[in-house]
Amino acid sequence: MGKKKLLNQKEIDIILNRLACQLIENHDDFKETVVIGLQPRGVFLSQRLQQLLYTVYQIEHIDFGKLDITFYRDDFMRGNKVLQANKTDIDFIVENKKVVFVDDVLYTGRSIRSALTAIQSFGRPQSIELLTLIDRRFSRHLPIQPDYKGRQVDAINRERVIVSWEENDGEDAVYLTQDRNE
Amino acid sequence: MSELSVNHLLGIKHISAADIQLIFETADHFKEVINRPIRKVPSLRDVTIANLFFENSTRTRLSFELAEKRLSADVVNFSASSSSVNKGETLIDTVNNILAMKVDMVVMRHPNPGAGVFLSKHVDASIVNAGDGTHEHPTQALLDTYSIREKLGEVKGKKIVIVGDILHSRVALSNIFCLQKLGAEVKVCGPNTLIPQHIKSLGVEVEHNLDQALQWCDVANMLRVQNERMSTRYFPSTREYVAQFGLDKQRLEQINKSIVIMHPGPINRGVEISSDIADSHHAIILNQVENGVAIRMAILYLLASKLKHYSAETL
Repeated sequence: MGKKKLLNQKEIDIILNRLACQLIENHDDFKETVVIGLQPRGVFLSQRLQQLLYTVYQIEHIDFGKLDITFYRDDFMRGNKVLQANKTDIDFIVENKKVVFVDDVLYTGRSIRSALTAIQSFGRPQSIELLTLIDRRFSRHLPIQPDYKGRQVDAINRERVIVSWEENDGEDAVYLTQDRNE
Repeated sequence: MSELSVNHLLGIKHISAADIQLIFETADHFKEVINRPIRKVPSLRDVTIANLFFENSTRTRLSFELAEKRLSADVVNFSASSSSVNKGETLIDTVNNILAMKVDMVVMRHPNPGAGVFLSKHVDASIVNAGDGTHEHPTQALLDTYSIREKLGEVKGKKIVIVGDILHSRVALSNIFCLQKLGAEVKVCGPNTLIPQHIKSLGVEVEHNLDQALQWCDVANMLRVQNERMSTRYFPSTREYVAQFGLDKQRLEQINKSIVIMHPGPINRGVEISSDIADSHHAIILNQVENGVAIRMAILYLLASKLKHYSAETL
């Protein structure tokens, strides 16, 4: 039951600021851009970025949404895990917009694959980019890579990367744990 | 809880309050899905569902078919009038022949009470009861209760009166089970001849005066008089039935509070409910129809997740 801290609060803060600046570099005033947090854990990260972009970097308005991918997953009826849905909250059309997906950990890439299908229900985006806090290298099942990444982590399959947020889990930190039941 | 306790939806009697809550929560998500620009999800992409209707239906059949198609399932339809049932084939044979063509789920409406339960014991597919005779109509009860929850916030503690032909109504029985499981109080109201003899054993009170029932309730669910199931006359005339048990504007104005009016359809306008009430803001009849698709998507999705097509052994 080992548990190793990969990032502390200060490091996360620096990374979030960097990611926010990189977004501004590519998206300017965000008029043609929508930012979509993937349920459940990507939403915390997207809310943090929203807060930073509004307060520190003085961006006036960004369309933020939440996307649940449960009904688009490719492991339905393939195992014992029951898939429970979360709320999708996208009250705008993504037609011709630049979409940025936000998720906490990029692992196999299957969630992102599902999200790529799911977003089509809301129109045809001009482009889609991916922002993740943690990129687990060498573990991809699909040819999907992040456009913006906080930190790259090399972890073996038995290990698990856990991102905790102060508003939900009591502290800002990223841990590597060994307790995954394979 | 994230899984249904049953593998079939045969009746509300067989499921728990937690099952009902899970169906409602899942339906919330599907209601959002069917209001998107593109109202379709790929969840049931490789699931085949047969809709077997041994009895007439428009709304329920359409609602199930839409729910199945919005989940991307493959759908085959069957109606008794155009089938070999007329040539003397038994129910089990009919269904087994359909299942031999690799069908995963069966949605069935049948004139005989218990047809779904019988089938679930003899065939290897997930069965959804879409109405079995005068017994149960679980999906209707779930969408009715879901509509009450949507309109009033919660079901617990609410007072619901079911008015009309209780004797021939599978909607009434399923509604009673569903509402009671969620903690609502239920009364039935109608002529003595159309109230089942032992209904009180279900913990339901009987009221024969519609005005008093309306004064008591938060929600009135108006049922249709099912002439097609009546072999004898149960009341002297339609005019007398309307005078005593028909809901109209005048009657509604007499009570000094706002109540929610429901109807499972099809409506006999001018009999159990007048047109001005059916089309008024008190009525949530069309909300019920919209919610029907979301509820049926939730049920099919939750039952399909128990099929487990691709376990390690089968691959």
